[in-house]
Amino acid sequence: MTTTREFVRANPARDTWNVLTRELRPVVRDPFSLIFSLLQPLVFLGLFAPLLAGAAGGDVAGTLRWFVPGVLVMIVLFGTGATGSNLQYEMMTGSHERTLVAPLSRSALLVGRALKEVAPIVVQSIVIVLIAWPFGFRVDIGGLVVGLVLLAVFGVGLGALSYSLALATKDREWLFWGVQQSLIFPLLILSGMLLPLDDGPAWMRAVAAVNPVNWVVQAERALLSGDFAATAVLWGWVAALAVAAVGLLVGVRAMRRSS
Amino acid sequence: MDEPIIDAVGLTKRFTVKKKTVAAVTDLTFRVTEGELVAFLGPNGAGKSTSLRMLTTLLPPTAGAARVVGHDIARSPGAVRARIGYVGQLTSGSFAQRVRDELISQGAFYGMSRAAARARAAELIESLDLASFATRSVQQLSGGQKRRLDIALGLMHAPPLLFLDEPSTGLDPQSRANLWQHILDLRAQHGTTVFLTTHYLEEADRYAERVMVMDRGRVIADDTAAALKATLAGDVITLGFAEPADADRAVDVVQALTDRPVRREGAASLALTAPDGERLLPGAVRALDAAGVIVRQATGVPPTLDDVFLALTGRTLREAGEGEKADGESEAEMDAAATAQQTGAVR
Repeated sequence: MTTTREFVRANPARDTWNVLTRELRPVVRDPFSLIFSLLQPLVFLGLFAPLLAGAAGGDVAGTLRWFVPGVLVMIVLFGTGATGSNLQYEMMTGSHERTLVAPLSRSALLVGRALKEVAPIVVQSIVIVLIAWPFGFRVDIGGLVVGLVLLAVFGVGLGALSYSLALATKDREWLFWGVQQSLIFPLLILSGMLLPLDDGPAWMRAVAAVNPVNWVVQAERALLSGDFAATAVLWGWVAALAVAAVGLLVGVRAMRRSS
Repeated sequence: MDEPIIDAVGLTKRFTVKKKTVAAVTDLTFRVTEGELVAFLGPNGAGKSTSLRMLTTLLPPTAGAARVVGHDIARSPGAVRARIGYVGQLTSGSFAQRVRDELISQGAFYGMSRAAARARAAELIESLDLASFATRSVQQLSGGQKRRLDIALGLMHAPPLLFLDEPSTGLDPQSRANLWQHILDLRAQHGTTVFLTTHYLEEADRYAERVMVMDRGRVIADDTAAALKATLAGDVITLGFAEPADADRAVDVVQALTDRPVRREGAASLALTAPDGERLLPGAVRALDAAGVIVRQATGVPPTLDDVFLALTGRTLREAGEGEKADGESEAEMDAAATAQQTGAVR
């Protein structure tokens, strides 16, 4: 019996696909879960954007043109940045262990999960754009498409980092959230997403200059208004690709050590 | 088949917990032949799960080696993984996944085509009685339902070797009996080799053909339940008489029949522990009759595996389990410590 039967061998591409489709299934089964997790960005859009518009002398459309690209990046920070908690829960309840005993390539276990993050990022971004539309927000469609690809690349990297944090903190949820929150908020504020950093102190501008989130936000602003040639776009791609590369590298290493 | 399905030589796992080296498993050497049903019996913290985690490639051994279904656990973990099924102590299904979806995903993980995975999932949903909750997500299931799904996931690819870590913990007696029926059917149908851990004596006693008793990281006995009981514990025979004088006379008569020590007990009775109690008892009654000593009561109590454990370790399984917990170094904690130290040994 054991000698005559064919047994599967790990295959990174096929395994990644299988992990990805498994991760997507609950999303497909219950798409409204994606809308539900939009609460935080919507609060910022509904309660923060009016304040910005007021400060800008009531120019709502102009304010949204500046603010909405940042909200799209915020979706990635808050949503994708927290995705590691799902893995952490699966590590604690046992299903992660089951996938480790399966003949799956270790890298696929991480990459498949990270790629899944593209789905909520794209769907949620489009929902935000549609919500902002009646208030005068206008977007270059080609720029939006490229902007979403950029956001997806950045999200895959950030998701991989979030999974790495889960793999490192194991069953210590407090540690996961402690580290996650203490990184997300400085990154958010120092990205110029909520308020421009131009009037901030020099040290803040210096930190923002090396904050990849800042570069992605600026690239999104340029892309969504159709300015493909802006240097910010180039730097946005460099930042997103660097985050993706580092995230996947660190994540795959962490998954290899997982048991 | 020439090669044993499990061949472990000197498997050892040491962890460092709070700067102290703890030997979770020491020099585990054994073979399992294809088709066997083996139970690892021992108290909590004895090293059962750590052993299983090494054999299933989850934990790299500190020393020693093992071949599982023809492949080395350290050199070709992927080949081992493809050939084994594993049901861990916790929940195998992911909380957000629906039962049927999770089974089909599992099939894909093991290289089954979508059609084959669907058919196999339908078969297991039927046979493990999962139909009433097949479209529910795992987080909505009861403990027993989750456990049935765990078993189904472990069986999805019909592995030649199935590892089960405490499969019946937390199940009610009815579900436990059902679970065992499935395991026995599986063996009957596919000749699957089953290797499980348990701290339930009755379970090891009733179902396993071979029991490996583990304590403090070492296998201290390895035989059939019947042989373990016969050699290590034996039946307790008690004979009661009308007068103390009768009991005194009876001691000599019975002692002539066995080399086991015969003890006087109570006012007018005697007792002895012997491996062949069911034959010795009627023989003793006849011999006493012939000697003119009237036997008033005769009982023979067969041993349990707890008696075996007591004979081997001087502690009952329950005491041993509680003692380990009091030390504050559960196996899970040691596993956690080990993985924290591990340096990319598992591919």
